[in-house]
Amino acid sequence: MNIPKELKYSNDHEWVKFEGDTAIIGISDFAQDSLGDIVFINLPAEGDQVTAGEVFGDIESVKTVSDMSSPVSGTITAVNEELTDAPEKLNADPYGAWIIKVENVTEQSDLMDADAYEAFCKEA
Amino acid sequence: MGSYVPSAPGERKQMLDAIGLKSFRDLYKDVPKEMILKDGLNLPDGMSEVEARRAMTGMADQNTVFSTILRGAGAYDHVIPSIVSYSPAKEEFLTAYTPYQAEMSQGILQSIFEFQTEMCELTGMDVSNASVYDGATAAAESAAMCRDRKRTVTLISGCAHPDVIQTVRTYCYGTGHELRVVPCKDGRTDLAALKEMLTEDVASFYVQQPNFFGLFEDAEALGEAVHAAGALYVMGCNPIALGIMKTPRDCGADIAVGEAQPLGPPLGYGGPYLGYMTATAKLMRKLPGRIVGQTVDAKGDRAFVLALQAREQHIRREKASSNICSNEALCAFTAGLYLAVMGAKGLAEAATQSMSKAHYLAEELCKIPGVSMRFEGEFFHEFVTVMPRADEVLAALEANGILGGLPIEEGVLWCATEKVSKAQLDKAVSLVKEVLAK
Amino acid sequence: MKLIFERSVPGRKCDILPACDVKTVSLPAGLARREAPTLPEMAEVDISRHYTELCKNVHGVNSGFYPLGSCTMKYNPRIDEEMASLPGFTGIHPLSPADSVRGCRAVLDTAQKYLCEIFGMADCTFQPAAGAHGEFTGVLLIKKYHESRGEAQKRTKIIVPDSAHGTNPATASMCGYTVVNVASAPDGCVDLEALKAVLGEDTAGLMLTNPNTVGIFDENILEITRLVHEAGGLCYYDGANLNAVMGIVRPGDMGFDCIHSNLHKTFATPHGGGGPGAGVVGCKDFLAPFLPKSALMDGKDALQVRSFAGTFLVVVKALTYILTLGKEGIPEAAENAVLNANYLMQKIKGTFKPAFDRICMHEFVLDLSDFKKETGVSALDVAKTLIDYGMHPPTMYFPLIVHEALMLEPTETENKENLDAAAEVFRKLYKLGFEDPEYMHAAPHHAQIARPDEVQASRNPVVRWAKA
Repeated sequence: MNIPKELKYSNDHEWVKFEGDTAIIGISDFAQDSLGDIVFINLPAEGDQVTAGEVFGDIESVKTVSDMSSPVSGTITAVNEELTDAPEKLNADPYGAWIIKVENVTEQSDLMDADAYEAFCKEA
Repeated sequence: MGSYVPSAPGERKQMLDAIGLKSFRDLYKDVPKEMILKDGLNLPDGMSEVEARRAMTGMADQNTVFSTILRGAGAYDHVIPSIVSYSPAKEEFLTAYTPYQAEMSQGILQSIFEFQTEMCELTGMDVSNASVYDGATAAAESAAMCRDRKRTVTLISGCAHPDVIQTVRTYCYGTGHELRVVPCKDGRTDLAALKEMLTEDVASFYVQQPNFFGLFEDAEALGEAVHAAGALYVMGCNPIALGIMKTPRDCGADIAVGEAQPLGPPLGYGGPYLGYMTATAKLMRKLPGRIVGQTVDAKGDRAFVLALQAREQHIRREKASSNICSNEALCAFTAGLYLAVMGAKGLAEAATQSMSKAHYLAEELCKIPGVSMRFEGEFFHEFVTVMPRADEVLAALEANGILGGLPIEEGVLWCATEKVSKAQLDKAVSLVKEVLAK
Repeated sequence: MKLIFERSVPGRKCDILPACDVKTVSLPAGLARREAPTLPEMAEVDISRHYTELCKNVHGVNSGFYPLGSCTMKYNPRIDEEMASLPGFTGIHPLSPADSVRGCRAVLDTAQKYLCEIFGMADCTFQPAAGAHGEFTGVLLIKKYHESRGEAQKRTKIIVPDSAHGTNPATASMCGYTVVNVASAPDGCVDLEALKAVLGEDTAGLMLTNPNTVGIFDENILEITRLVHEAGGLCYYDGANLNAVMGIVRPGDMGFDCIHSNLHKTFATPHGGGGPGAGVVGCKDFLAPFLPKSALMDGKDALQVRSFAGTFLVVVKALTYILTLGKEGIPEAAENAVLNANYLMQKIKGTFKPAFDRICMHEFVLDLSDFKKETGVSALDVAKTLIDYGMHPPTMYFPLIVHEALMLEPTETENKENLDAAAEVFRKLYKLGFEDPEYMHAAPHHAQIARPDEVQASRNPVVRWAKA
């Protein structure tokens, strides 16, 4: 299980990378592994507002579908459209395949550091 | 009493013994005693096959089967080629369930894949599902496909079939979304009114082509207005008319749906029929119901499966936008077979003849003093006339084995298909003339 | 095998229509089709052979054992088909004048009377086209009822047990309700304390099937429906599982207010590879005013869930079935469905483990989680291997409360030696799991296709044929 040290994690298995005022969000290695082969991702639009803890899209694998909840509140300034045509990138490189970038972050859910998240995954 | 339980009484006893029970009643020991029916059901005794046939045939005999049907309004009496009537009775197809197990259901899956392709060809669309219950539910499902967080209102043309409008209204009532009906003007959708009604909260607009009165709508102009307002455009098209009519794709539609009963299933007093649903590639993952996809098997050979299942209710549960599981696969098989038998030329011929006969009937009826067309403009195989004493006219036709047009608020809605001959039409016209001459 | 489009040869055709005997009218260019659709061009003999070949790649009830749990794949009597193909039924326009369709009315009225008697309900509608459609209709009746009492705003929640069919929560959502999932007791029955905890002034209703989805009759059913009524909610019966109890006990007597029943399950009408079904909805007297109508046929501003009166020809088949079985035959079918399920469970016991080792109703669930731990062979692997034995696999991975579930419903129309043979296959596969798990992972080996690549099918969907 790959859990990079420099990232923060939500209990919905999203990772967040803060770069100044911007939060970059994706799903963790654990998440992609549990989902199995990802076949489709439902992305929000640039300019949409997201709220911490609320759903902003969903991911489909062959036999299941999973909501993605935003770990932060703010405005979506970029969406990784590449994933629409190549959702398998989420399986191959979960930390490279970012999903959305959020700016003007006003609040965030309780996030874990890598060690805490590793322990969290072990429990699950 | 008839029974389809194969085991003989002795065998049933052996089986009970094997489980360690004395009687059938022991099987129901979890059922509270006070709930068990003491005197059984208040039903007649069962029948032998001969008696059941007698009873059912007796009921069928109470119906009048009209030799000439000049009524449509959502159910159409087209020619059903013999192979279409007889082939779907193939027992394997008939008695199979939904093709969950692809490895033993390739025949069903392939037939649906072929149906999907044919419907895409007819409508000009990219994707099709495996069918839904009927044309009205297809329209209702399409409304749900189009809604998002910001756009929640559905518009429907008032010139659509009343049952379609009411079904869409019921589905909208269910989810608590608003349906607004765009008024008709001279038998067609009022374009100016539509433009007014296309507010920012409108998700989609549904128009029927040809519409309930048989008239062709200016589908392209309607579509342009809908898209200019940022909404999605849904067309409900008669599949026979699609043999010759501009495709919904070419009219700008995002979704094309309709009642595919004209493609082989009999009138059957209203069902089973089948709704078809097709859409542009962009909307593929929003299409409800089952969709068959092509893939390869572990050996690399072509194989068909139920694809995109993550959209469906058994996975999404309360998040699914539709709960549909059963569809009308056997009717889709019938429609697919019908289209293979007719081919593009045969379908165009059925459409052209239907339209030609309807025009002939309209012309001949309007030669009778007092009879005139209710609306002007191009029509397909249905049209509305105004005439005096319509009740009397229709009764006289019925007495002569002819089911005349349907009396509606606007007049009488007539329909002719390729199935009726000129002689049948002439007979109907002369009867109308006779009644009105009195 | 080839697709029908791949068999098409330009110029081939079937001759069906005569020449047009009136003046031909054509569409003006602005309305006309620009390009002909690509449809097959074939002679009748080639079409016939194509469809005959397709039929070889289908497994129906007539092909062999079909213990697909919750789908009630019983034999579909031929007489029912014959009656539904009578021209006196097939040739009737749904908008025919009333005095010309007395026979159709007689069919619907008689079927209504008998089905209401079997359900313990007062009235019913034939409009719903399938089970899920019936659920939608039934829950709309509940919604209308609360609305008529001015409680629509207040009653916003539908309670659904976590063992329910996936359609139940989806249906509740389609009716604008918030779904409250309530955990089941370990035996799939309703946990009364959990139920009490979620009941309240916001309860619109409860959706339940009994026998439940693991095939057990909930002995607390009267208490359950009483509690829901006490809270002001209504009880909806998911009739997918009526085959065990018809003629023995009635949903109406269990305290349910409305019900849907799949005529294509309990009442032996064929499922046609996915449809048509028919989901008749029955209800108690006080809900009858809300039953759906047809705007065009009845001219009323009522609920309407599809065009016209419903899937009439399916009702013809079901009525023929009910007439044939009658007062004695209906419970006989139910009893033998339950007997067959218990007998098959008994014969399999000792190999695969029943999830609940007690008398079941018309179906039972095997729990393969231990087997999987020991052998690595999953419920899916077992299902796929069964295909090689000419048997349709049971329902897999349902209900969700049992892991590695296989749900078997043999129905009453299997004889003893078929059940013995099926049990023998299951015993054989149990052994095989320990001896050669690899073989089972790769199964089926002798089917129409090997396992399909479902990832590709969903990732890059190809849902239509296109010209090369």
